[in-house]
Amino acid sequence: MPITYTSNEQVEVYRFSIPVTIGVPLLALFVQAFLPLRFPRFAVYFDLPLLVTIFFAMARRSPVAGLFTGAVIGLAQDMLGHNPIGIYGIANTVVGYGASSLGVKLDVENAGARLLVTLGFSLIQSAVHFTVARGMVNMNVTWSWPHVILGGLANAILGVALFFLLDKFKQRT
Amino acid sequence: MESVLGRYRNLVILVGVLFLQVLGLAIQVKRSGGSDVQDTRLIRIWGVGAITPFERILVWAQNSTGNVWHNYFYLRGVRAENRQLKEQIEQMRIEQVRLSEDAAQARRLQTLLAFKEQFISRTVAAQVIGSSGSDLSRIIYIDKGENVGIKRDMAVMTSDGIVGKVLLVFPSVSQVLLVSDQSSGVGAILEKTRLQGVLRGTANGEVVLERVMSDEQVPVGETVLTSGGDQIFPKGLPVGTVSKVGYGKDLFLNIKIKPAANLSKLEEVLVLVEKQERQAIAEDSTRVRAADILAQRLPSVPDKPATDANPAAGTVEGSAKPAVAKTAAKPTGAAATTTPSTKNPSGTSTVPGSSGVGPAGKPAGTSALKKIVSAPANPAAGSKPDATQTAPANEQPKPADSTAPTAPPPNPQPPATESSPQ
Repeated sequence: MPITYTSNEQVEVYRFSIPVTIGVPLLALFVQAFLPLRFPRFAVYFDLPLLVTIFFAMARRSPVAGLFTGAVIGLAQDMLGHNPIGIYGIANTVVGYGASSLGVKLDVENAGARLLVTLGFSLIQSAVHFTVARGMVNMNVTWSWPHVILGGLANAILGVALFFLLDKFKQRT
Repeated sequence: MESVLGRYRNLVILVGVLFLQVLGLAIQVKRSGGSDVQDTRLIRIWGVGAITPFERILVWAQNSTGNVWHNYFYLRGVRAENRQLKEQIEQMRIEQVRLSEDAAQARRLQTLLAFKEQFISRTVAAQVIGSSGSDLSRIIYIDKGENVGIKRDMAVMTSDGIVGKVLLVFPSVSQVLLVSDQSSGVGAILEKTRLQGVLRGTANGEVVLERVMSDEQVPVGETVLTSGGDQIFPKGLPVGTVSKVGYGKDLFLNIKIKPAANLSKLEEVLVLVEKQERQAIAEDSTRVRAADILAQRLPSVPDKPATDANPAAGTVEGSAKPAVAKTAAKPTGAAATTTPSTKNPSGTSTVPGSSGVGPAGKPAGTSALKKIVSAPANPAAGSKPDATQTAPANEQPKPADSTAPTAPPPNPQPPATESSPQ
């Protein structure tokens, strides 16, 4: 099964109900804030708001919707920390825009494609986050390849499972 | 939904534009309410307000379920544990007497030096209900806030050691910056070498002690305490232990610290809401004695009829401490006939009850012990009462159930005879 679309194939665009649009990102934020209390390494490798951003952006296949989704989720993620608000916002906006743009060309139902896309966008998010945190906010952060790659892989694996779960909330336009 | 959006398209766009403007304002506007929340961005307050109630509910449900199970159903081994804890309390009470003696001596010395010390006078227990969810922002949320008197920059700790400080205060929630965050800083001192430094977090969540010169010797395993220099944490709270020492940059050592409190698994914390600074005052003469505690555990003997206290009778020639002997009261019974001896040199026996015998080798009654045995400086001395270690004449026996004072009583009058300074 090809994972890219030809010009003759119709791109499927999905919508989500309002409760899902609001509830899923909120739930992701809540779980992201709560689970590290029980599993301290969770926040080191996993980023549920990022996964939700990628999923919604790819499913909607609209760059504008994708970037707004990323911006809102990222800003909400920033609010829970004590660092300046906007670091995750900018990173997730870039991811949302990229994921939705790529979603137009990729078969987002394919597990392999989802794994690769999530891994790639996880690395991009880390890079943008590092650049903003280091360059703009002047935070003392360090770039660690093993950490970034491990985190990307962890997110990609979790993402594949999570996306299949979230597929159930999709509504055809 | 589509028809609704289509019908009210203009309204939706209006709401969207207004929302964005409000969002933009919320990012810029800072709360100008109370003094403790004036630097908080409105959007952050909203974010916290939206997330923390769910966390609070979940933690509450989790705790309630756990409490019901553990308090009403799962009681296996509780009886044995209770017995074990009682024994432990007995041992700790003996230990407390010894420590109070040490503390009393320290206070006397502090009095001489006009030393001002800080006391933790009030703490508020709080439940950890959330975190930032990011490894770049090491903060936690607790379920207590401005409503119970929590303010910004208050120290947060557990019984094991310090945790962090209050960063932001909301009405019923507070944000706590952990000591492992790279923007935190705590004044710290090494317990034995007395070297001072600044405790900081690193980007990967480790805790390091900075500003210790590289020509200093810092042993691995040494305890680190708060120095009090940051004006947030009182002096002497446990911080952690030195786990690794290496050479850093700029002539300073790179000292890694293992925090005493488990920062990655915090459940309950204490917020230090009130601390007092007061002049150290010396211990008064009314002290709980190890002998009293020992005597409490022994079968009692009826009090003998009062006899005239003859200070001279208690005087023992050749005593190591004549001043003590002069003030001895009622040296009756076996004690009166005991030959002078020195203090118990072993200083090792701390098990209560195991050596609860009188000077003559028989079990000593409560009253007899009270009259004979002085307050020894250590439990070992208390377990082997000796005639020469007599109490000052003005020292009254305390009720057996009284405990050692945790704070110095206001009477600075030292006992006439210091039975056994350390």
